[in-house]
Amino acid sequence: MPQTSRRAEHWARTRSLMIITLVIWFIFSFVVHWFADALNAFTFMGFPLGFYMAAQGSEIIFVVLIVWFAWSQHRIDTDTGFAEEE
Amino acid sequence: MIKGNFIDNLPKVYGLYTGGFLVFILLMALLEQMGVSADTIGILFVAFTIFIYAAIGWLSRTMQVDAYYVAGRQVPAVFNGMATAADWMSGASFVAMAGGIYFGGHGYLAFVVGWTGGYVLVASLMAPYLRKFGCYTVPDFIGTRYGGNLARFLAVVVLVVASFTYVTAQINATGTIASRALQIPFEVGVWFGLLGILLCSMLGGMRAVTWTQVAQYIVLIIAYLVPVFWMSNKQGFGLIPQFVYGDAVMRITELEAMYNLSGLPAVDSPVAGLAALKTPHVAAGTGLAAWKFVTLVLCMMAGTASLPHILMRYFTTPSVRAARNSVAWSLFFIFLLYFTAPALATFTKLQVLDPNLATGIIGKSIAEVNALEWIQKWSSVGFLAINDANGNGILELNEFFMRGDIVVLATPEIAGLPYVISGLVAAGGMAAAMSTADGLLLAIANALSHDLYYKIIDPKAETKTRLLVARILLIGIGAAGAFVASLKLTSILGAVAWAFDFACSGLFFPIVLGIWWKRANRPGAVAGMLGGFIAGSLYLYWVAPAFLGNTPWMGIDHLRFGIIGMPVSLVCMVVVSLMTAEPDAETQAMVDEIRVPSGETILGSSH
Repeated sequence: MPQTSRRAEHWARTRSLMIITLVIWFIFSFVVHWFADALNAFTFMGFPLGFYMAAQGSEIIFVVLIVWFAWSQHRIDTDTGFAEEE
Repeated sequence: MIKGNFIDNLPKVYGLYTGGFLVFILLMALLEQMGVSADTIGILFVAFTIFIYAAIGWLSRTMQVDAYYVAGRQVPAVFNGMATAADWMSGASFVAMAGGIYFGGHGYLAFVVGWTGGYVLVASLMAPYLRKFGCYTVPDFIGTRYGGNLARFLAVVVLVVASFTYVTAQINATGTIASRALQIPFEVGVWFGLLGILLCSMLGGMRAVTWTQVAQYIVLIIAYLVPVFWMSNKQGFGLIPQFVYGDAVMRITELEAMYNLSGLPAVDSPVAGLAALKTPHVAAGTGLAAWKFVTLVLCMMAGTASLPHILMRYFTTPSVRAARNSVAWSLFFIFLLYFTAPALATFTKLQVLDPNLATGIIGKSIAEVNALEWIQKWSSVGFLAINDANGNGILELNEFFMRGDIVVLATPEIAGLPYVISGLVAAGGMAAAMSTADGLLLAIANALSHDLYYKIIDPKAETKTRLLVARILLIGIGAAGAFVASLKLTSILGAVAWAFDFACSGLFFPIVLGIWWKRANRPGAVAGMLGGFIAGSLYLYWVAPAFLGNTPWMGIDHLRFGIIGMPVSLVCMVVVSLMTAEPDAETQAMVDEIRVPSGETILGSSH
């Protein structure tokens, strides 16, 4: 594959990954907490759900999300031949 | 020690260090059993840890530019994660966060969400690309990407304003802790704290700050977690308290109804600066309250992704991939403390409120409460107070006042843990405040020495002169920070959130669009930085109680002025960029190059 189209593919996939990551980020940063009051009617692990999401749930999701993001981005880099030599 | 295969030996070195610190804690516990006074143990804890940091700072001294500015770009992802976590978690996170949740309930958790979720932005939008760029400082990126001294200079201005706001609060915190632990006046404590901070950073720059921050993270996380685990197991809350405090949360809601929290009249505190519990623990608002929650989250997140002292930590990793992994490690290490803080706040509140627990004080007779040792100790220093407003001799929820800091500082005593734990907590608070102050001072001094002095004023300066200037600036800025801190302008020092709002108003879009939008050009970046920063600052001046104090527009108060600054910055930058010529081919090729991890960095290893 020529350099320019590899580059285009790399960037297209990188951009999609960024968008997916930020959509998940948006949901757990804003949407969930906007409805915290309604979520408090439910119980999760003994917690009111709205409180749980702010105190612990969103934070766990963020950690997992970044790990997944770093892993996926590295796969994009190796697939398209732009990974660093190590 | 910091030579040759030091990097390969990192796990061993810090493993030994952690073991040594645990032995030191046991030694202190032994001394306490032998009757050594609590004050002496406090002094030993603070003095010993500062001595260790200073020793690491001395061993990491350097005269090389890339070692001074980016630790030679050889910090492994895990250790850079620890250093970032220490850089990130300030005295405020350590001492005040649990107290904030105690008083603010669900609403305050916006800080916890914002200060963790911001790392998703750092990982996906910023860190890997800035690492590929190879810059020494954030203005270095702005200056090279957009070209021209004006863009670089504006980035330096925003960086200095945001970081200086933040660093005074940190020096203030080191002064408070040093003065209490070492029994010296606050004004002296501030300068003592500064001395410790400078010892860590001056000789070795980023390299020294990196290795001291790792050491400080280890101290602060042990100091935060040990008391919580100990208390939880002692009081029978469960082995791993973070996962099982749901019942405690539910019980607090019951107790709040029982004590009629929402129906009690407001009572004046006998001591200024103390507060009684007014906000329910769990209840989340709708409408304006929900809006205030998400706007605060957004400002803190965008601010996280724009604060130069955090971004520059990812310039130190060996590769782009390591920079990405390092963001994940950073958030994990931060998460350990941040998901513990709500648990700590909940347990402390339950212990104070629940009449079924031995520690409960609400609903007891005031004479009985006043006889408690921890009540006497903390009220004598003005951290808590009791005002029997209705004169019935029973302590009610609206009659018990305290300072938020007490939740972390006094928990060991409320739960009846030995004093050695309080000494440990003081050392942890000191580590948290020192590590953040170090990172901030270095960010300011590096921007001034590298971007203002070397790149703008004297591009021919020799390496030796550059590093000398960097060190003189570090001392000068530190002294200025300590001077401002010693003035005790509490209304200004209280607002750590301002640093985040300044940073996101001025820098967020110029950095992000510099990577993600090739069409962004110099006039656009200049307009974005100027517009966002000025709009945000003017709004702050208009709304902050310390200044004009007008009624906030749509609930956007002084903690959230980034909500005004960011959109102005975005609009200015996009409109002006589109109205002016697109960047030249060379700049566009440079942007293409930073988007892929492989290949040489844009800027050389010493530049």
